Amino acid sequence: MREIRCQEVTASLKKALLQAGVELPGDVKQVLREASRKETGRSAGVLQRCLENITVAEKEGLPLCQDTGMVLLFCEIGQDIHFDRDFNGALEEGVEQAYEEGFFRKSVVSDPLKNRKNSGNNLPPVIYHELVPGDGLKISLLLKGFGSENCSRLHMLKPTAGREAVVEAVLKTITDAGGSPCPPIVVGIGLGGTMDKAAVLSKKALCRSLDSHHCDPWYDELERELLEKINATGIGGGGLGGDTTALGVKIETYPTHIAGLPLAVTINCWADRKGVVEL
Amino acid sequence: MTREVRQLKVPLCREDIASLKAGDEVELNGTILVGRDQAHLRLIQTLERGEELPLDIRGETIYYMGPAPTPPGRVIGSAGPTTSSRMDPFAPRLLDLGLKGMIGKGPRSREVLDGVVRNGAVYFYAFGGCGALYAQRIVSSECVAYGDLGPEAIYRLRVEKFPVVVAADSEGNSLY
Repeated sequence: MREIRCQEVTASLKKALLQAGVELPGDVKQVLREASRKETGRSAGVLQRCLENITVAEKEGLPLCQDTGMVLLFCEIGQDIHFDRDFNGALEEGVEQAYEEGFFRKSVVSDPLKNRKNSGNNLPPVIYHELVPGDGLKISLLLKGFGSENCSRLHMLKPTAGREAVVEAVLKTITDAGGSPCPPIVVGIGLGGTMDKAAVLSKKALCRSLDSHHCDPWYDELERELLEKINATGIGGGGLGGDTTALGVKIETYPTHIAGLPLAVTINCWADRKGVVEL
Repeated sequence: MTREVRQLKVPLCREDIASLKAGDEVELNGTILVGRDQAHLRLIQTLERGEELPLDIRGETIYYMGPAPTPPGRVIGSAGPTTSSRMDPFAPRLLDLGLKGMIGKGPRSREVLDGVVRNGAVYFYAFGGCGALYAQRIVSSECVAYGDLGPEAIYRLRVEKFPVVVAADSEGNSLY
């Protein structure tokens, strides 16, 4: 049995969120720089401004984007851990403190329909828990902006639809979105499970590093095919036209029912803000 | 790497607007207004009641934006554009009243593009997600109407080298 103090959880989550809102992970910066070098279309200027923005944000300690998003937390909790108090409460404190101290915009409303009153502290986050063997704690976090979230889609495909139908549905989602989600985008895809499971997988896929490969060569190939086809749409940075519409495509799968093929596509903007806390 | 980008004064003059072509990258210098969803709704409701607007929008350029909180010692927090299409139901009326420029991101409705041409105006694309960069190009900020709306109030900003791309010009050409 390992004892983890919730104070530590709060402090390390706060630190990771403060960094994620201001500084992009190395893999994202690297792909953006490469894209900027290669881009010859109208969106060459867009990519340059993105890089400029990254530099200013880091130098001045300002949030990359004023939409600092809703926080998603994927917690892998070792079953041998004991927390000294309310774990979810510790996570919420971390979010609240980070958004206050980082001058991040509080963008969460407490009720989605009735009165849409701002909660005032960006709470609550969306939290997923997974129990794993051992005594480690890993929290993968996303700061999810809603310009891109509003362009995400769920498709309940027929079980016999096949690979081509999946490619077609993903491309339709991307072309419908056009310039709205702040391309170049990052695409998270969830395949299989149930409707809700596919949606969660599409978010989990966004936690993967852009330079990572899918462990199954067949899906690795599909990720590359999709990236190529998305870039061939010509939407380009900011939707102004160009060769860089996406920086990466990541797929996560789960077994599903004989009668269905759920497909969820989450679109993230180029400010692909993510991080990991490990205790 | 420094690029030569055409510098433009705001508020815009008629000659400058006429010279702008969709696709041109320019940098704005001078003053612009800021207003988004709630401010637009109030402006239109005021007009529908037959009352006078709380400010003169003739000749002005409006930026669709809701900033992050202002850190101490700064003029404004992170301040990038929001999605323009949400302002589409309100924009044509404001254009007909003399609004000359709009700044935001994403495509506009047919009605807005028609309003741009009809009134000799322009729609600029601002670089989405570049909130830190825009905060750096804003040198002053002052609330001019609807202060109770907080970050959704109408502000007047003084900007320097504020980078945008002409997304829809006064001749009806559009990037989208």
